[in-house]
Amino acid sequence: MKPGTRLKSAACDTEVMVIRCGDGAIECGGAPMADAKPADAAALNADHSGGTLMGKRYVDADGAYELLCVKPGKGSLSVDGVALVTKDAKPLPASD
Amino acid sequence: MNIALLLEMASDAAPDRVGLVCDGKRWTYAELVAAARGAVELIEQSGAEYVALLDESSEAAVIALFGAAMAGVPYCPLNYRLADEDLAGLLGRIAPALVVGDEARVARIAGDQGHTVFSREQFAAKAQEVAPEAGEREYDPGEGIAVQLFTSGTTAAPKAAILRHSNLLGYILGTVEFAAAEETDAALVVVPPYHIAGISALLSSIYANRRIIMLPAFTPEVWLQLVGAERVTNAFVVPTMMTRIIAELEKDQATDISSLRSVAYGGGKMPLEVIQKALSLFGDTGFTNAYGLTETSSTVALLGPDDHRDALASDDPKVRARLTSLGQPLPTVEIEIRDEDGKCCAPGEPGEIYVRGEQVSGEYKEKSALDAEGWFPTRDAGFMDEDGYLFLSGRADDVIVRGGENMSPGEIEDVVLTHDSIVDACAVAIPSVEWGEAVGMALVVRDGHGEPEEADIKELIRARLRSSRVPERIVCVQELPYNEMGKLLRRKVKDILAE
Repeated sequence: MKPGTRLKSAACDTEVMVIRCGDGAIECGGAPMADAKPADAAALNADHSGGTLMGKRYVDADGAYELLCVKPGKGSLSVDGVALVTKDAKPLPASD
Repeated sequence: MNIALLLEMASDAAPDRVGLVCDGKRWTYAELVAAARGAVELIEQSGAEYVALLDESSEAAVIALFGAAMAGVPYCPLNYRLADEDLAGLLGRIAPALVVGDEARVARIAGDQGHTVFSREQFAAKAQEVAPEAGEREYDPGEGIAVQLFTSGTTAAPKAAILRHSNLLGYILGTVEFAAAEETDAALVVVPPYHIAGISALLSSIYANRRIIMLPAFTPEVWLQLVGAERVTNAFVVPTMMTRIIAELEKDQATDISSLRSVAYGGGKMPLEVIQKALSLFGDTGFTNAYGLTETSSTVALLGPDDHRDALASDDPKVRARLTSLGQPLPTVEIEIRDEDGKCCAPGEPGEIYVRGEQVSGEYKEKSALDAEGWFPTRDAGFMDEDGYLFLSGRADDVIVRGGENMSPGEIEDVVLTHDSIVDACAVAIPSVEWGEAVGMALVVRDGHGEPEEADIKELIRARLRSSRVPERIVCVQELPYNEMGKLLRRKVKDILAE
Protein backbone atom coordinates (compact mmCIF):
# COMPACT_ATOMS: atom_id res chain seq x y z
CA MET A 1 0.00 0.00 0.00
CA LYS A 2 1.23 3.51 -0.73
CA PRO A 3 -0.18 7.04 -0.64
CA GLY A 4 -2.16 7.86 -3.75
CA THR A 5 -3.66 4.35 -4.03
CA ARG A 6 -7.40 4.16 -4.62
CA LEU A 7 -9.08 1.43 -2.57
CA LYS A 8 -12.55 -0.05 -2.98
CA SER A 9 -14.76 -1.61 -0.36
CA ALA A 10 -15.63 -5.30 -0.73
CA ALA A 11 -18.84 -4.79 1.23
CA CYS A 12 -20.34 -1.52 -0.07
CA ASP A 13 -19.86 1.36 -2.57
CA THR A 14 -17.18 3.16 -0.53
CA GLU A 15 -13.97 4.20 -2.29
CA VAL A 16 -11.06 6.00 -0.65
CA MET A 17 -7.77 7.57 -1.63
CA VAL A 18 -4.90 6.70 0.68
CA ILE A 19 -3.23 9.90 1.93
CA ARG A 20 -1.08 8.30 4.64
CA CYS A 21 -0.74 4.67 5.74
CA GLY A 22 1.23 2.06 7.65
CA ASP A 23 1.45 -1.71 7.24
CA GLY A 24 -1.94 -2.61 8.75
CA ALA A 25 -5.02 -3.88 6.87
CA ILE A 26 -7.37 -1.12 5.73
CA GLU A 27 -10.97 -2.31 5.94
CA CYS A 28 -14.46 -1.11 5.11
CA GLY A 29 -17.62 -2.68 6.43
CA GLY A 30 -15.38 -5.13 8.27
CA ALA A 31 -13.75 -6.53 5.09
CA PRO A 32 -10.29 -5.67 3.70
CA MET A 33 -10.27 -3.03 0.94
CA ALA A 34 -8.45 -3.62 -2.36
CA ASP A 35 -7.66 -2.00 -5.73
CA ALA A 36 -10.60 -3.81 -7.30
CA LYS A 37 -13.96 -5.07 -6.08
CA PRO A 38 -14.22 -8.84 -5.56
CA ALA A 39 -16.57 -10.78 -7.84
CA ASP A 40 -18.72 -11.67 -4.82
CA ALA A 41 -19.45 -8.84 -2.42
CA ALA A 42 -18.44 -9.39 1.21
CA ALA A 43 -21.13 -9.23 3.88
CA LEU A 44 -21.44 -5.89 5.67
CA ASN A 45 -20.41 -6.37 9.30
CA ALA A 46 -23.00 -4.73 11.55
CA ASP A 47 -20.25 -3.36 13.80
CA HIS A 48 -18.76 -1.49 10.84
CA SER A 49 -21.88 -0.18 9.15
CA GLY A 50 -21.95 3.47 10.21
CA GLY A 51 -21.38 4.61 6.61
CA THR A 52 -18.82 6.87 4.96
CA LEU A 53 -19.27 10.46 3.79
CA MET A 54 -17.80 11.81 0.58
CA GLY A 55 -14.99 14.34 1.01
CA LYS A 56 -14.40 13.45 4.67
CA ARG A 57 -10.95 12.45 5.81
CA TYR A 58 -10.68 9.47 8.15
CA VAL A 59 -7.78 9.03 10.57
CA ASP A 60 -6.59 6.70 13.32
CA ALA A 61 -5.70 7.87 16.84
CA ASP A 62 -1.93 7.99 16.10
CA GLY A 63 -2.28 9.87 12.83
CA ALA A 64 -0.49 7.04 11.00
CA TYR A 65 -3.42 6.51 8.63
CA GLU A 66 -5.40 9.05 6.67
CA LEU A 67 -7.99 8.17 4.02
CA LEU A 68 -10.04 10.53 1.85
CA CYS A 69 -13.49 9.21 1.02
CA VAL A 70 -14.10 9.79 -2.71
CA LYS A 71 -17.25 7.67 -2.97
CA PRO A 72 -19.66 7.13 -0.06
CA GLY A 73 -21.09 3.81 1.07
CA LYS A 74 -22.83 1.97 3.91
CA GLY A 75 -19.72 0.46 5.52
CA SER A 76 -17.42 2.29 7.89
CA LEU A 77 -13.63 2.36 7.82
CA SER A 78 -11.21 0.59 10.14
CA VAL A 79 -7.58 -0.52 10.34
CA ASP A 80 -6.97 -4.00 11.79
CA GLY A 81 -10.48 -3.87 13.27
CA VAL A 82 -10.07 -0.48 14.98
CA ALA A 83 -12.54 2.12 13.70
CA LEU A 84 -11.19 5.28 12.05
CA VAL A 85 -12.71 8.65 12.93
CA THR A 86 -13.35 11.74 10.81
CA LYS A 87 -10.67 14.39 10.93
CA ASP A 88 -12.49 17.50 12.04
CA ALA A 89 -10.66 20.59 10.95
CA LYS A 90 -11.78 24.02 12.09
CA PRO A 91 -13.44 25.61 9.05
CA LEU A 92 -11.31 28.42 7.63
CA PRO A 93 -12.68 31.54 5.98
CA ALA A 94 -12.40 31.36 2.18
CA SER A 95 -9.15 33.07 1.24
CA ASP A 96 -9.25 32.71 -2.54
CA MET B 1 -2.73 11.59 -6.06
CA ASN B 2 -3.80 13.78 -8.97
CA ILE B 3 -5.42 17.24 -8.59
CA ALA B 4 -7.96 16.08 -11.20
CA LEU B 5 -9.57 14.19 -8.32
CA LEU B 6 -10.91 17.54 -7.04
CA LEU B 7 -12.91 18.12 -10.24
CA GLU B 8 -13.96 14.47 -10.50
CA MET B 9 -15.32 14.50 -6.94
CA ALA B 10 -17.13 17.80 -7.56
CA SER B 11 -18.71 16.30 -10.65
CA ASP B 12 -19.62 13.01 -8.91
CA ALA B 13 -21.34 14.93 -6.11
CA ALA B 14 -23.19 17.44 -8.28
CA PRO B 15 -22.86 16.67 -12.02
CA ASP B 16 -25.59 19.07 -13.13
CA ARG B 17 -24.62 21.96 -10.92
CA VAL B 18 -23.18 24.96 -12.80
CA GLY B 19 -19.46 25.07 -12.01
CA LEU B 20 -18.41 27.96 -14.22
CA VAL B 21 -19.91 31.01 -15.88
CA CYS B 22 -17.82 32.94 -18.42
CA ASP B 23 -18.98 35.41 -21.07
CA GLY B 24 -22.56 34.34 -20.40
CA LYS B 25 -21.85 30.65 -21.11
CA ARG B 26 -22.58 28.21 -18.28
CA TRP B 27 -20.68 24.95 -17.73
CA THR B 28 -21.87 22.17 -15.44
CA TYR B 29 -19.34 20.13 -13.46
CA ALA B 30 -20.06 17.11 -15.68
CA GLU B 31 -19.33 19.18 -18.80
CA LEU B 32 -16.08 20.51 -17.32
CA VAL B 33 -14.76 17.08 -16.38
CA ALA B 34 -15.73 15.66 -19.79
CA ALA B 35 -13.92 18.51 -21.56
CA ALA B 36 -10.83 17.93 -19.40
CA ARG B 37 -10.86 14.26 -20.46
CA GLY B 38 -11.10 15.40 -24.08
CA ALA B 39 -8.17 17.78 -23.54
CA VAL B 40 -6.04 14.79 -22.52
CA GLU B 41 -6.58 13.31 -26.00
CA LEU B 42 -5.56 16.59 -27.67
CA ILE B 43 -2.46 16.89 -25.47
CA GLU B 44 -1.36 13.33 -26.17
CA GLN B 45 -1.95 13.67 -29.91
CA SER B 46 0.21 16.80 -29.99
CA GLY B 47 3.15 15.19 -28.18
CA ALA B 48 3.40 18.32 -26.04
CA GLU B 49 5.57 18.34 -22.91
CA TYR B 50 3.70 21.30 -21.40
CA VAL B 51 0.25 22.83 -21.70
CA ALA B 52 0.45 26.61 -21.84
CA LEU B 53 -2.32 29.19 -21.60
CA LEU B 54 -1.71 32.51 -23.32
CA ASP B 55 -5.07 34.09 -22.72
CA GLU B 56 -7.31 35.83 -20.24
CA SER B 57 -9.41 33.76 -17.83
CA SER B 58 -12.06 31.56 -19.41
CA GLU B 59 -13.34 27.98 -19.31
CA ALA B 60 -10.15 27.08 -21.20
CA ALA B 61 -8.14 27.70 -18.02
CA VAL B 62 -10.10 25.02 -16.14
CA ILE B 63 -10.07 22.55 -19.04
CA ALA B 64 -6.34 23.05 -19.65
CA LEU B 65 -5.38 22.87 -15.95
CA PHE B 66 -7.18 19.58 -15.32
CA GLY B 67 -6.55 18.14 -18.79
CA ALA B 68 -2.80 18.70 -18.33
CA ALA B 69 -2.96 17.13 -14.86
CA MET B 70 -4.70 14.00 -16.16
CA ALA B 71 -2.27 13.78 -19.08
CA GLY B 72 0.66 14.08 -16.69
CA VAL B 73 2.26 17.22 -18.16
CA PRO B 74 2.74 20.52 -16.31
CA TYR B 75 0.21 23.31 -16.87
CA CYS B 76 1.98 26.59 -17.47
CA PRO B 77 -0.19 29.71 -17.80
CA LEU B 78 1.80 32.61 -19.26
CA ASN B 79 1.58 36.34 -18.67
CA TYR B 80 0.15 37.74 -21.91
CA ARG B 81 1.16 41.24 -20.82
CA LEU B 82 4.87 40.46 -21.30
CA ALA B 83 6.77 42.01 -24.20
CA ASP B 84 7.17 39.78 -27.30
CA GLU B 85 10.84 39.12 -26.68
CA ASP B 86 10.36 38.01 -23.06
CA LEU B 87 7.34 35.89 -23.91
CA ALA B 88 9.15 34.17 -26.78
CA GLY B 89 11.93 33.32 -24.32
CA LEU B 90 9.48 31.68 -21.91
CA LEU B 91 7.72 29.78 -24.72
CA GLY B 92 11.15 28.49 -25.79
CA ARG B 93 11.74 27.12 -22.29
CA ILE B 94 8.57 24.97 -22.45
CA ALA B 95 8.74 23.80 -26.09
CA PRO B 96 7.10 21.74 -27.43
CA ALA B 97 3.88 22.88 -25.75
CA LEU B 98 0.21 22.77 -26.53
CA VAL B 99 -0.61 26.47 -26.36
CA VAL B 100 -4.16 27.69 -25.84
CA GLY B 101 -4.92 31.31 -26.70
CA ASP B 102 -3.40 33.95 -28.93
CA GLU B 103 -2.61 31.92 -32.08
CA ALA B 104 -1.43 34.84 -34.18
CA ARG B 105 1.00 36.00 -31.53
CA VAL B 106 2.53 32.54 -31.01
CA ALA B 107 2.96 32.17 -34.79
CA ARG B 108 4.64 35.58 -34.98
CA ILE B 109 7.04 35.34 -32.03
CA ALA B 110 7.60 31.60 -31.57
CA GLY B 111 6.50 30.04 -34.87
CA ASP B 112 9.68 27.96 -35.13
CA GLN B 113 9.52 26.39 -31.65
CA GLY B 114 7.34 23.40 -32.53
CA HIS B 115 4.24 24.34 -30.50
CA THR B 116 0.71 23.13 -31.24
CA VAL B 117 -1.66 26.09 -30.95
CA PHE B 118 -5.42 26.28 -30.41
CA SER B 119 -7.62 29.33 -29.97
CA ARG B 120 -9.70 29.33 -26.81
CA GLU B 121 -12.89 28.43 -28.73
CA GLN B 122 -11.24 25.68 -30.81
CA PHE B 123 -9.69 24.11 -27.73
CA ALA B 124 -12.93 23.97 -25.75
CA ALA B 125 -14.97 22.73 -28.71
CA LYS B 126 -12.45 20.06 -29.83
CA ALA B 127 -11.96 18.83 -26.26
CA GLN B 128 -15.70 18.31 -25.87
CA GLU B 129 -15.86 16.57 -29.24
CA VAL B 130 -13.15 13.97 -28.54
CA ALA B 131 -13.93 13.33 -24.85
CA PRO B 132 -14.06 9.59 -24.08
CA GLU B 133 -16.58 8.20 -21.61
CA ALA B 134 -15.68 8.14 -17.90
CA GLY B 135 -13.84 4.99 -16.88
CA GLU B 136 -12.75 4.19 -20.44
CA ARG B 137 -9.05 4.72 -19.77
CA GLU B 138 -6.40 5.34 -17.13
CA TYR B 139 -4.90 8.73 -16.30
CA ASP B 140 -1.66 9.95 -14.77
CA PRO B 141 -1.30 9.01 -11.07
CA GLY B 142 -0.24 12.57 -10.16
CA GLU B 143 3.16 11.90 -8.65
CA GLY B 144 4.86 14.73 -10.55
CA ILE B 145 4.47 18.40 -11.37
CA ALA B 146 0.97 19.84 -11.78
CA VAL B 147 1.72 23.50 -12.41
CA GLN B 148 4.73 25.53 -13.48
CA LEU B 149 4.58 29.30 -12.99
CA PHE B 150 7.23 31.75 -14.12
CA THR B 151 8.01 34.33 -11.45
CA SER B 152 7.78 37.95 -12.54
CA GLY B 153 11.56 38.22 -12.75
CA THR B 154 11.98 41.82 -11.60
CA THR B 155 15.55 41.22 -10.47
CA ALA B 156 16.76 38.52 -12.88
CA ALA B 157 15.51 36.14 -15.57
CA PRO B 158 12.11 34.67 -14.58
CA LYS B 159 12.42 31.53 -12.46
CA ALA B 160 10.20 28.50 -13.15
CA ALA B 161 8.44 27.77 -9.85
CA ILE B 162 6.98 24.28 -9.77
CA LEU B 163 4.01 23.03 -7.77
CA ARG B 164 3.53 19.31 -7.43
CA HIS B 165 0.13 17.62 -7.24
CA SER B 166 0.97 16.89 -3.58
CA ASN B 167 1.55 20.59 -2.79
CA LEU B 168 -1.74 21.77 -4.31
CA LEU B 169 -3.72 18.88 -2.83
CA GLY B 170 -2.14 19.52 0.57
CA TYR B 171 -3.39 23.10 0.37
CA ILE B 172 -6.92 22.31 -0.82
CA LEU B 173 -7.58 19.27 1.39
CA GLY B 174 -6.19 21.14 4.38
CA THR B 175 -8.22 24.33 3.91
CA VAL B 176 -11.40 23.62 1.94
CA GLU B 177 -14.41 21.62 3.12
CA PHE B 178 -15.63 19.37 0.29
CA ALA B 179 -18.98 20.39 -1.28
CA ALA B 180 -19.57 22.93 1.49
CA ALA B 181 -21.10 25.53 -0.86
CA GLU B 182 -24.83 25.96 -1.37
CA GLU B 183 -26.09 25.73 -4.93
CA THR B 184 -26.77 29.48 -4.80
CA ASP B 185 -23.17 30.34 -3.80
CA ALA B 186 -20.95 32.00 -6.37
CA ALA B 187 -17.33 33.15 -6.38
CA LEU B 188 -16.26 36.06 -8.57
CA VAL B 189 -12.75 35.45 -9.95
CA VAL B 190 -10.85 38.43 -11.34
CA VAL B 191 -7.21 37.49 -10.81
CA PRO B 192 -5.32 36.59 -13.99
CA PRO B 193 -4.90 32.88 -14.78
CA TYR B 194 -1.09 33.03 -14.69
CA HIS B 195 -1.05 34.09 -11.04
CA ILE B 196 -1.09 31.53 -8.21
CA ALA B 197 -4.25 33.17 -6.80
CA GLY B 198 -5.94 32.52 -10.16
CA ILE B 199 -5.14 28.82 -9.86
CA SER B 200 -6.01 28.38 -6.19
CA ALA B 201 -9.31 30.22 -6.81
CA LEU B 202 -10.31 27.55 -9.33
CA LEU B 203 -9.22 24.62 -7.16
CA SER B 204 -10.88 25.94 -3.98
CA SER B 205 -14.20 26.81 -5.57
CA ILE B 206 -14.41 23.57 -7.52
CA TYR B 207 -13.71 21.42 -4.45
CA ALA B 208 -16.28 23.41 -2.46
CA ASN B 209 -18.79 22.90 -5.34
CA ARG B 210 -19.09 26.67 -5.65
CA ARG B 211 -20.07 28.30 -8.95
CA ILE B 212 -17.18 30.29 -10.46
CA ILE B 213 -18.03 33.55 -12.19
CA MET B 214 -15.12 34.66 -14.34
CA LEU B 215 -14.44 38.30 -15.04
CA PRO B 216 -11.46 38.35 -17.42
CA ALA B 217 -11.02 42.14 -17.59
CA PHE B 218 -11.64 43.96 -14.32
CA THR B 219 -13.51 47.22 -14.13
CA PRO B 220 -15.26 48.25 -10.90
CA GLU B 221 -18.53 48.87 -12.79
CA VAL B 222 -18.71 45.36 -14.27
CA TRP B 223 -17.51 43.79 -11.01
CA LEU B 224 -20.38 45.38 -9.08
CA GLN B 225 -22.84 44.58 -11.86
CA LEU B 226 -21.87 40.89 -11.75
CA VAL B 227 -22.10 40.79 -7.95
CA GLY B 228 -25.70 41.92 -8.26
CA ALA B 229 -26.68 39.85 -11.31
CA GLU B 230 -25.16 36.53 -10.18
CA ARG B 231 -25.81 37.14 -6.45
CA VAL B 232 -22.08 36.64 -5.81
CA THR B 233 -21.27 35.41 -2.30
CA ASN B 234 -17.45 35.19 -2.40
CA ALA B 235 -14.79 37.30 -4.06
CA PHE B 236 -11.05 37.88 -4.05
CA VAL B 237 -9.55 41.24 -4.98
CA VAL B 238 -6.14 42.89 -4.95
CA PRO B 239 -5.82 46.20 -3.06
CA THR B 240 -5.93 48.43 -6.15
CA MET B 241 -9.19 46.79 -7.22
CA MET B 242 -10.66 47.38 -3.77
CA THR B 243 -9.76 51.08 -3.98
CA ARG B 244 -11.55 51.37 -7.32
CA ILE B 245 -14.61 49.38 -6.16
CA ILE B 246 -14.95 51.69 -3.16
CA ALA B 247 -14.74 54.79 -5.36
CA GLU B 248 -17.46 53.36 -7.61
CA LEU B 249 -19.67 52.41 -4.65
CA GLU B 250 -19.38 55.91 -3.23
CA LYS B 251 -20.60 57.30 -6.55
CA ASP B 252 -23.51 54.90 -6.79
CA GLN B 253 -24.88 53.89 -3.40
CA ALA B 254 -27.83 52.04 -4.96
CA THR B 255 -25.68 49.06 -6.03
CA ASP B 256 -26.92 45.84 -4.44
CA ILE B 257 -24.04 44.04 -2.78
CA SER B 258 -26.11 42.34 -0.10
CA SER B 259 -25.29 38.83 -1.37
CA LEU B 260 -21.55 39.25 -0.65
CA ARG B 261 -20.72 37.20 2.43
CA SER B 262 -16.98 37.06 2.08
CA VAL B 263 -14.33 39.20 0.39
CA ALA B 264 -10.71 38.07 0.56
CA TYR B 265 -7.82 40.28 -0.45
CA GLY B 266 -4.10 39.87 -0.97
CA GLY B 267 -1.34 40.19 -3.52
CA GLY B 268 -0.03 43.48 -2.17
CA LYS B 269 -0.21 45.76 0.82
CA MET B 270 -3.73 46.97 1.63
CA PRO B 271 -3.65 50.60 2.82
CA LEU B 272 -5.22 50.99 6.28
CA GLU B 273 -7.51 53.75 5.02
CA VAL B 274 -8.91 51.50 2.27
CA ILE B 275 -9.72 48.52 4.48
CA GLN B 276 -11.33 50.77 7.10
CA LYS B 277 -13.53 52.30 4.42
CA ALA B 278 -14.38 48.87 3.00
CA LEU B 279 -15.42 47.58 6.42
CA SER B 280 -17.81 50.48 6.90
CA LEU B 281 -19.21 50.45 3.34
CA PHE B 282 -19.77 46.68 3.00
CA GLY B 283 -21.70 46.25 6.24
CA ASP B 284 -22.26 42.53 6.70
CA THR B 285 -19.48 41.26 4.44
CA GLY B 286 -16.68 39.37 6.21
CA PHE B 287 -13.17 40.39 5.10
CA THR B 288 -10.18 38.07 4.97
CA ASN B 289 -6.59 39.12 4.32
CA ALA B 290 -4.69 36.27 2.68
CA TYR B 291 -0.91 36.09 2.59
CA GLY B 292 0.83 33.61 0.36
CA LEU B 293 3.34 33.16 -2.42
CA THR B 294 3.56 31.21 -5.65
CA GLU B 295 6.08 28.87 -4.02
CA THR B 296 3.66 28.10 -1.16
CA SER B 297 0.62 27.13 -3.32
CA SER B 298 -1.14 30.34 -2.27
CA THR B 299 -2.35 31.23 1.25
CA VAL B 300 -0.16 30.40 4.29
CA ALA B 301 -1.55 32.96 6.75
CA LEU B 302 -4.84 34.77 7.05
CA LEU B 303 -6.59 37.49 8.98
CA GLY B 304 -10.22 36.43 9.20
CA PRO B 305 -13.51 38.35 9.46
CA ASP B 306 -13.59 38.20 13.29
CA ASP B 307 -10.03 39.54 13.50
CA HIS B 308 -11.05 42.46 11.28
CA ARG B 309 -14.10 43.30 13.39
CA ASP B 310 -12.21 42.95 16.69
CA ALA B 311 -9.37 45.15 15.46
CA LEU B 312 -11.74 47.84 14.22
CA ALA B 313 -13.72 47.89 17.48
CA SER B 314 -10.73 47.79 19.85
CA ASP B 315 -9.24 50.66 21.85
CA ASP B 316 -6.06 48.65 22.41
CA PRO B 317 -3.45 49.93 19.92
CA LYS B 318 -1.92 46.44 19.74
CA VAL B 319 -5.25 44.90 18.64
CA ARG B 320 -6.09 47.82 16.33
CA ALA B 321 -2.75 47.40 14.56
CA ARG B 322 -3.92 43.97 13.41
CA LEU B 323 -6.01 45.58 10.68
CA THR B 324 -2.72 45.84 8.79
CA SER B 325 -1.53 42.37 9.80
CA LEU B 326 -1.42 39.25 7.65
CA GLY B 327 -3.13 37.31 10.41
CA GLN B 328 -2.07 33.95 11.80
CA PRO B 329 -0.53 30.91 10.07
CA LEU B 330 -2.91 28.26 8.71
CA PRO B 331 -3.18 25.28 11.11
CA THR B 332 -1.44 23.16 8.46
CA VAL B 333 1.53 25.51 8.07
CA GLU B 334 4.45 26.56 10.28
CA ILE B 335 5.89 30.07 10.13
CA GLU B 336 9.08 31.40 11.74
CA ILE B 337 10.83 34.75 11.67
CA ARG B 338 14.60 34.43 11.47
CA ASP B 339 17.43 36.95 11.75
CA GLU B 340 20.44 37.20 9.44
CA ASP B 341 22.25 34.46 11.36
CA GLY B 342 19.29 32.10 10.90
CA LYS B 343 18.21 32.33 14.55
CA CYS B 344 14.52 32.62 15.48
CA CYS B 345 13.45 36.16 16.35
CA ALA B 346 11.60 37.10 19.52
CA PRO B 347 8.03 38.49 19.18
CA GLY B 348 8.11 41.95 17.63
CA GLU B 349 11.66 41.56 16.37
CA PRO B 350 11.96 41.92 12.58
CA GLY B 351 13.54 39.30 10.34
CA GLU B 352 12.84 37.14 7.31
CA ILE B 353 9.65 35.05 7.06
CA TYR B 354 10.23 31.27 6.75
CA VAL B 355 7.43 28.81 5.91
CA ARG B 356 7.12 25.02 6.11
CA GLY B 357 4.28 22.64 5.26
CA GLU B 358 2.92 20.14 2.76
CA GLN B 359 1.68 22.89 0.48
CA VAL B 360 5.08 24.62 0.44
CA SER B 361 6.98 23.65 -2.70
CA GLY B 362 9.84 26.15 -2.54
CA GLU B 363 11.07 24.45 -5.65
CA TYR B 364 12.23 25.86 -8.97
CA LYS B 365 12.91 23.85 -12.06
CA GLU B 366 16.57 24.71 -11.65
CA LYS B 367 16.84 23.95 -7.91
CA SER B 368 14.98 23.77 -4.61
CA ALA B 369 15.17 26.74 -2.25
CA LEU B 370 14.15 24.67 0.80
CA ASP B 371 16.71 24.25 3.58
CA ALA B 372 17.65 20.86 5.02
CA GLU B 373 14.65 20.91 7.40
CA GLY B 374 12.18 21.78 4.66
CA TRP B 375 11.83 25.50 5.47
CA PHE B 376 11.29 27.97 2.61
CA PRO B 377 12.90 31.42 2.95
CA THR B 378 10.29 33.77 1.47
CA ARG B 379 12.58 36.82 1.11
CA ASP B 380 9.71 38.72 2.74
CA ALA B 381 10.66 40.74 5.79
CA GLY B 382 8.33 40.91 8.76
CA PHE B 383 7.69 40.18 12.40
CA MET B 384 5.22 38.31 14.58
CA ASP B 385 3.52 39.81 17.64
CA GLU B 386 3.24 37.90 20.92
CA ASP B 387 -0.15 36.44 19.90
CA GLY B 388 1.23 35.03 16.66
CA TYR B 389 -0.10 37.69 14.28
CA LEU B 390 2.22 38.17 11.34
CA PHE B 391 3.17 41.61 10.01
CA LEU B 392 4.87 42.25 6.68
CA SER B 393 7.37 45.07 6.32
CA GLY B 394 8.38 44.45 2.71
CA ARG B 395 10.71 42.33 0.63
CA ALA B 396 13.98 41.49 2.35
CA ASP B 397 15.69 42.87 -0.78
CA ASP B 398 13.93 46.22 -0.31
CA VAL B 399 15.57 46.91 3.03
CA ILE B 400 17.53 50.15 2.97
CA VAL B 401 20.99 49.84 4.51
CA ARG B 402 22.25 53.27 5.56
CA GLY B 403 25.70 53.23 7.12
CA GLY B 404 25.19 49.67 8.34
CA GLU B 405 21.74 50.38 9.78
CA ASN B 406 18.86 48.32 8.32
CA MET B 407 15.69 50.27 7.66
CA SER B 408 12.37 48.95 6.46
CA PRO B 409 10.65 51.10 3.81
CA GLY B 410 7.22 50.22 5.22
CA GLU B 411 7.98 51.81 8.57
CA ILE B 412 8.89 55.14 6.94
CA GLU B 413 5.93 54.99 4.52
CA ASP B 414 3.44 54.36 7.33
CA VAL B 415 4.60 57.52 9.12
CA VAL B 416 4.44 59.69 6.00
CA LEU B 417 0.95 58.39 5.22
CA THR B 418 -0.33 59.92 8.45
CA HIS B 419 0.24 63.36 6.82
CA ASP B 420 -3.08 64.85 5.67
CA SER B 421 -2.01 65.67 2.16
CA ILE B 422 -0.24 62.39 1.30
CA VAL B 423 -2.29 59.59 -0.24
CA ASP B 424 0.46 57.16 -1.29
CA ALA B 425 4.17 56.87 -0.53
CA CYS B 426 7.15 54.72 -1.40
CA ALA B 427 10.60 54.72 0.24
CA VAL B 428 13.56 53.14 -1.55
CA ALA B 429 17.32 53.04 -1.22
CA ILE B 430 19.19 55.66 -3.21
CA PRO B 431 22.97 55.70 -3.60
CA SER B 432 24.77 57.88 -1.09
CA VAL B 433 28.49 58.69 -1.18
CA GLU B 434 28.56 59.18 2.56
CA TRP B 435 26.35 56.31 3.73
CA GLY B 436 26.38 53.74 0.93
CA GLU B 437 22.62 53.98 0.77
CA ALA B 438 20.16 56.59 1.96
CA VAL B 439 16.37 56.99 1.89
CA GLY B 440 14.63 58.39 -1.18
CA MET B 441 10.87 58.90 -1.28
CA ALA B 442 8.22 59.28 -3.95
CA LEU B 443 4.95 60.79 -2.71
CA VAL B 444 1.50 61.13 -4.22
CA VAL B 445 -0.44 64.22 -3.11
CA ARG B 446 -4.10 63.78 -2.19
CA ASP B 447 -6.63 65.39 -4.57
CA GLY B 448 -7.46 68.92 -3.54
CA HIS B 449 -4.30 69.34 -1.45
CA GLY B 450 -1.16 71.29 -2.31
CA GLU B 451 2.31 69.76 -2.33
CA PRO B 452 3.56 69.56 1.28
CA GLU B 453 6.70 71.38 2.36
CA GLU B 454 9.70 69.07 2.18
CA ALA B 455 10.77 70.29 5.61
CA ASP B 456 7.41 69.23 7.11
CA ILE B 457 7.77 65.68 5.79
CA LYS B 458 11.32 65.46 7.07
CA GLU B 459 10.33 66.78 10.47
CA LEU B 460 7.44 64.29 10.70
CA ILE B 461 9.83 61.37 10.13
CA ARG B 462 12.50 62.79 12.44
CA ALA B 463 9.97 63.23 15.24
CA ARG B 464 8.30 59.83 14.89
CA LEU B 465 11.29 57.68 13.92
CA ARG B 466 14.95 58.72 13.87
CA SER B 467 17.01 61.14 11.89
CA SER B 468 18.63 58.29 9.93
CA ARG B 469 15.20 57.58 8.36
CA VAL B 470 14.82 61.14 7.03
CA PRO B 471 14.85 61.03 3.22
CA GLU B 472 17.68 62.70 1.39
CA ARG B 473 15.57 63.13 -1.69
CA ILE B 474 11.77 63.56 -2.02
CA VAL B 475 9.80 63.76 -5.26
CA CYS B 476 6.08 64.16 -5.82
CA VAL B 477 4.54 62.04 -8.60
CA GLN B 478 1.05 61.71 -10.13
CA GLU B 479 0.85 58.04 -9.12
CA LEU B 480 3.12 55.20 -8.02
CA PRO B 481 3.83 52.31 -10.43
CA TYR B 482 1.89 49.13 -9.56
CA ASN B 483 1.60 45.91 -11.54
CA GLU B 484 -1.80 44.37 -12.34
CA MET B 485 -1.74 42.39 -9.07
CA GLY B 486 -1.40 45.56 -7.03
CA LYS B 487 2.27 45.01 -6.28
CA LEU B 488 4.28 48.21 -5.92
CA LEU B 489 7.16 48.21 -8.41
CA ARG B 490 9.93 49.62 -6.22
CA ARG B 491 12.57 49.27 -8.92
CA LYS B 492 10.62 51.72 -11.07
CA VAL B 493 10.44 54.14 -8.15
CA LYS B 494 14.24 53.88 -7.87
CA ASP B 495 14.46 54.80 -11.55
CA ILE B 496 12.21 57.83 -10.98
CA LEU B 497 14.38 58.98 -8.08
CA ALA B 498 17.54 58.48 -10.12
CA GLU B 499 16.29 60.88 -12.84
